[in-house]
Amino acid sequence: MAGCKPQSEPAGSGKKIKIAIDPITRIEGHLKAEVEVKGGVVVDAKIYGGMYRGFEQILTGRDPRDAPQITQRICGVCPTAHAQASSLALDDAFGVKVTDNGRIARNLILGANFLQSHILHFYHLAALDYVNGPDVAPFIPRYENNDVRLDKATNAVGVNQYLEALEMRKICHEMVALLGGKMPHVQGVVVGGATEIPTAKILNEYAKRFKVIKKFVEEKYLPLVYLLAGPYGDLLKCGVGHKNCIAFGVFPLDAAGNTLLKAGAYTDGKFSSFDPDKIKEDVKHSFFKDSTTGLNPKVGKTLTDPEKSTAYSFIKSPRYDGKPHEAGPLARVWITNPALSKAGQAVFGTNAKVRDIGDAAFSILGRHVARAEETLVVANAVEQWLQEAKPGKETLVPAEIPKSAEGLGLSEAPRGALLHYVDIKNSVISNYQITSATIWNANPRDDKGIRGPMEEALVGVPVPDPKNPVNVGRLIRSFDP
Amino acid sequence: MKDELKLHKKQQEKSGVSRRDFLKTLTGTAAGIGISQVFNPAVVAALEAGLKNHPVLWIQGQGCSGCSVSLLNNVEPTIADVLLKVISLQYHPTVMASEGETALENLYKIAKQEKGRFSLVVEGAIPTAAKGKYCICGELGHKEITMVDMTKELGEMAGSVLAVGTCAAYGGIPAAKGSVTGAVGVTELFKKYGIKTPVVNIPGCPIHPDWVVGSIVHLLTKGIPELDADGRPVIFFGENIHENCPRLDALDNDIMSKTLSDPEGCRMDLGCAGPDTYADCYKRKWNTGINWCVDNAVCIGCVEPGFPDSSSPFYVAK
Repeated sequence: MAGCKPQSEPAGSGKKIKIAIDPITRIEGHLKAEVEVKGGVVVDAKIYGGMYRGFEQILTGRDPRDAPQITQRICGVCPTAHAQASSLALDDAFGVKVTDNGRIARNLILGANFLQSHILHFYHLAALDYVNGPDVAPFIPRYENNDVRLDKATNAVGVNQYLEALEMRKICHEMVALLGGKMPHVQGVVVGGATEIPTAKILNEYAKRFKVIKKFVEEKYLPLVYLLAGPYGDLLKCGVGHKNCIAFGVFPLDAAGNTLLKAGAYTDGKFSSFDPDKIKEDVKHSFFKDSTTGLNPKVGKTLTDPEKSTAYSFIKSPRYDGKPHEAGPLARVWITNPALSKAGQAVFGTNAKVRDIGDAAFSILGRHVARAEETLVVANAVEQWLQEAKPGKETLVPAEIPKSAEGLGLSEAPRGALLHYVDIKNSVISNYQITSATIWNANPRDDKGIRGPMEEALVGVPVPDPKNPVNVGRLIRSFDP
Repeated sequence: MKDELKLHKKQQEKSGVSRRDFLKTLTGTAAGIGISQVFNPAVVAALEAGLKNHPVLWIQGQGCSGCSVSLLNNVEPTIADVLLKVISLQYHPTVMASEGETALENLYKIAKQEKGRFSLVVEGAIPTAAKGKYCICGELGHKEITMVDMTKELGEMAGSVLAVGTCAAYGGIPAAKGSVTGAVGVTELFKKYGIKTPVVNIPGCPIHPDWVVGSIVHLLTKGIPELDADGRPVIFFGENIHENCPRLDALDNDIMSKTLSDPEGCRMDLGCAGPDTYADCYKRKWNTGINWCVDNAVCIGCVEPGFPDSSSPFYVAK
């Protein structure tokens, strides 16, 4: 068994064994994990980000209004999050105030993408760590001992839901496209608001689809995640990490900037309000010029150095208040602390909230629970926005490109905190900086040598069988990189 | 119009698909159905019998997985049927159960076993600068495999290559002005290394699922579809968006959209790239045929070889 509590010590357990997994699959992008195992447990870990495209360099010199289109191509799973953060940065730089209907249209676009992304992540990226697919490609080959512990009937439920979820996520994309034009990569989110004024017909089509999704989340997704806690209960006890959280806030509820999921930080057991000036990005272990280390994104530079000998990743190491922080659904719901779903309250008690999960939230399975719970929080809010949207009312305000201005866009992608910063000079982009979700989680050691959040969370994860390091992939995927 | 009809007939003869089916294909989602409707259920049944195990190896370079995610939106046959019945997807980093060496060993095993028979799908651009270091696809026997290595090696062994998405076809966004990674598409890489395997470009940022499923089925049943000068299947990329735009009447009547949220009018003054763009989005539409870029805002020309630089700035009249 390759679970969190090894039944027996493997042979040669006194020696350190190095295991590399490359590629880590069922993620978005390219990652490699390298772990050192001693006594059946990970004692050190490195996460390598193996791909670089250079969006920040490509954006330089362009018409600022192109940024929401270009930056969406960072991630095909969560493009609308980049559209949102980029448009917020431009709204700030252009000095425009988005209308209520524009804000709501953007929320309905991003909200449907959150629902799609969380469903896709759990079922199509993560579930094969816990459920055996049919015995055909791409579900085989798999690890010889893949530690899937479900009985035949439960496994069949998992496979059926995997297939049903394919349809669910497609329906979520239709919801996005109704207001966004198409998905992936929407046209509808721009500086000044949203381009598609919702009609009664569009809202009706959206609502019809949404009903199906909400039912699936309540009746299938949440119960299945909690059901895994039975056979995989030990996975609620490993993968803790630094236990620091960062959230920038997402889904604006009013013009004042209050958000559904709140901005904040949780550092060494203490909650604090979020201050973007406390972000610094280290690059000692990243393939970027050493002269650019320790900068806040507002003065950030992106200059690659692919041959740098101290580096092992194309990911920078952002730190908040000097410390690594994890981002994502767990960070958001830990900071916002909403009430749990019915399925959650059945486990943690009537009126229980997210923080009542306690330490178990900071674990492999805890991150899945947090994501599923957040899906319902977003679904409930979508229901509200559908009521608030005003058919036929303007969603876009005119916006002129400023000659010289800067703008900051703070939002959240389904997988975590997202920052876009734009500096405009001579009416074109002179600097653009992005600190995205996976950069927060999958970063390498910082200049002080402190491991990134995912690296730290790997420490202590049991790998009783080095030939089948199942829990390494499980841990990494729990962050949804 | 006359030329178009001739083209239809030529395609039909070449493919052997019935005229009625082909007209359905070409009218796309006019009645809310995608191209895949043409192949269902009779053709799917035939595929199940004859091509059940056609191996497909799908590799990813500098991309965003958006093309893979878009492919999941296929309507009919459902993506589950495509995966389980039409093709044998032996390698796909976002979908497959395996990881690490288990996955890579299987990749190269299938490529050797099925040499000349398997189809290679490439998603994402291929960075050629810094000895390929800007994209590492995996590690086998303690050796890093770059996207350049992987595309070359598998490309030579494949029966055909589908360059899926504008990045794989032409370099796309990773190859845009300002890039330092030397990103190129498959055809350019093959040219550099003298690799002769036929390539079908299916551009789009992302691809429309019908374009990929339709091209794969065509490839498997009838061979390579007719391609235009940019290597794209004519059946999907043979028509100009602007000339076929449902809003063309508005232009003729001088009704121009004033803002991006203006539901009426032609979008040309707002920067619409439709006049320079060849794709059938205008009739196929996206996400089960419910919307498309021009009705929502503007076309940004994402299927064109020069994208994004050929149409950026996107919101300035061309």
